[in-house]
Amino acid sequence: MRTDPADPDHEWLDADAGPVVRPYTVTGGRVEPASGRFDLMAFVVADPPSDDGTQPPQPEQRAIIAMAQQPVAVADLAADLDLPVGVVRVLLGDMLTNGLISMYEPPASRQFPDDDILKAVVNGLRAL
Amino acid sequence: MDSGLSDRTATGRRIPLALKILIAGGFGVGKTTLVGAVSEIRPLQTEEVLTDAGVGTDDLSGVEGKRTTTVAMDFGRITINEELQVYLFGTPGQDRFWFLWDELAYGALGAVVLADTRRLADCFPSVDYFERRGIPFVVGVNCFDGAKRYSVEAVRNALDLDPAVPILLCDARSRQSGKTVLIALVEHVAQRRGDPVPAG
Repeated sequence: MRTDPADPDHEWLDADAGPVVRPYTVTGGRVEPASGRFDLMAFVVADPPSDDGTQPPQPEQRAIIAMAQQPVAVADLAADLDLPVGVVRVLLGDMLTNGLISMYEPPASRQFPDDDILKAVVNGLRAL
Repeated sequence: MDSGLSDRTATGRRIPLALKILIAGGFGVGKTTLVGAVSEIRPLQTEEVLTDAGVGTDDLSGVEGKRTTTVAMDFGRITINEELQVYLFGTPGQDRFWFLWDELAYGALGAVVLADTRRLADCFPSVDYFERRGIPFVVGVNCFDGAKRYSVEAVRNALDLDPAVPILLCDARSRQSGKTVLIALVEHVAQRRGDPVPAG
């Protein structure tokens, strides 16, 4: 019995086939960021553009700058870019070194937030 | 300033506070379902450099330097308000991804351990993990259709849980049920600290 292929594209290049390009290709094979720690819950904010308006050459870095016009968490960046967290960390390390972004690591008190915060979470969850 | 603990940017923009909650439990217990029921769920790829544990199963001959392996996990965000966000991370169920847990657990507010009474032992490693690290957790007993129901006390005895650890019967498919479990966790976090969260 013949069945219609769900995807008209090449049969080997569906989602199950995985990435066509190895993920660390965009980092030149580096797995450690040049600088910074980059907690999953750290926030990234794009710095104001340079005077000559030059953009970083890499499309992934340009995408990060576009997404980081508002504070965006490292985990959100990785999910939205569909890139492994480690790749995003290397990209962010380069961008931090080049003065393209600022990083805000989570406060040390995050694990023990005060009463007001816990109350806001409970009320926020109830209102969902 | 490139980085720091300030919660405002140079332009005075406020940086949100992001709280992390882990959703743990055995393979197929309903972690993905729960994260999807209460938040906008997306896959997050994370990875680890292969260590000696991979030698023997992964052929490293002729490969210079390090290699990484990629793991996809469930990731969801609940926006409480502009300044407060809750992130849910479904922990990888397979034993060989334990190494990922330490990063996920770092700074976590707490965890939900999902249990299936038909395969209760599957959640033992998660319970052990959070007990050893002192991370507050609640147990959600996912009541699958047709599964034999056990009382909360029977499950507590089987897990040999501290009496202070809340156990709830839940339905991972239900948004309301998922919310109830998360609220129980946040209230448990507050109680463990000795400051109960007032209702309402």
